[in-house]
Amino acid sequence: MQFDNNVPIYIQIMEELEIDIISGNIACGERLLSVRELAINLKVNPNTIQRALASLEEKGLIYTERTNGKFVTKDKALIEKYRTEYAEKITRKYLENMRKIGFEREYAINFIIKFEGDE
Amino acid sequence: MMELLECVELNKSFGEKTVLKNINLKISRGKIIGLLGKNGTGKSTLIKLINDLLVPTSGEVFINGKNIGVESKRVISYLPERTYLDKSMTVEQVIAYFADFYDNFESETAKKLLADLNLDVTQKLSKMSKGMQEKVQLVLVMSRKAELYILDEPLGGVDPATRDYILDTILSNFNEGASVIISTHLISDIERILDEVIFIDDGEIKLMADCDELRQRENGSIDEIFRRMFKC
Repeated sequence: MQFDNNVPIYIQIMEELEIDIISGNIACGERLLSVRELAINLKVNPNTIQRALASLEEKGLIYTERTNGKFVTKDKALIEKYRTEYAEKITRKYLENMRKIGFEREYAINFIIKFEGDE
Repeated sequence: MMELLECVELNKSFGEKTVLKNINLKISRGKIIGLLGKNGTGKSTLIKLINDLLVPTSGEVFINGKNIGVESKRVISYLPERTYLDKSMTVEQVIAYFADFYDNFESETAKKLLADLNLDVTQKLSKMSKGMQEKVQLVLVMSRKAELYILDEPLGGVDPATRDYILDTILSNFNEGASVIISTHLISDIERILDEVIFIDDGEIKLMADCDELRQRENGSIDEIFRRMFKC
């Protein structure tokens, strides 16, 4: 994973893991890699991973099973809620960017419908 | 619980020249700390004082609440800037030497780490590249079950791939009860693995902070913040 050194690293890891969860890349109820494994994979300090996981736990997206490790929540509705929130965030960003270059909402929406990119 | 390391009003002068001024420092367990400063600002002197290799002009150093001395040498695993190993020894011999010298040295760990390097253990150190020698040294230091690892410029003069190997080795071998102090001026390579940073300049500690909090507060990378603070 490539990090932006200007943004706290734990926030970047938290966002990356959140995307893995809401996209189903790490499934509902699945066990996460251990702190140590994540630290070595991402080449960051274990305390940074700890902090990222604590934030996800606060959001309810993961939970700790004592001695067993950390798991993705089994609450599908909650995952769906964060997934929708994330979709809203990127859509808002898209609309903002389009507005910046002078395209209003309606145009931006039609633009997507007609868009024949590399999909 | 006692702090792992504490420096109290530490001063060091060489003749007329003051190299460290009133250093007060506390380091707890489970942290990776970057000791960052330009060349010649006192980083290595501070490290040598902590390792009891220099005598302070005034002030004291405590490890686990006790004055440094024979006992603290067991607790601290130190990678000096320059090697002290006899280069006519083979890797095998150096491992035996360390096992003999330190009761907390784990030969198996060292052998396992060295096997990852595809290194011929019957080779003499003098026949190896500089990068390879540095890796062997680091493996030796990290294979001790110590409480405090002090690495003086572990990244100096090695290529980026070797840097990655060194960072991986540090991360995978440091256990929760231990702390690591890494001195370097190559900040951008190392900042992602640090918990805390100490900026040292002109023999004084100018800043001590949690890395992520510092990034957030100053809105930049540790490397940038350092450059801003110590612009030449």
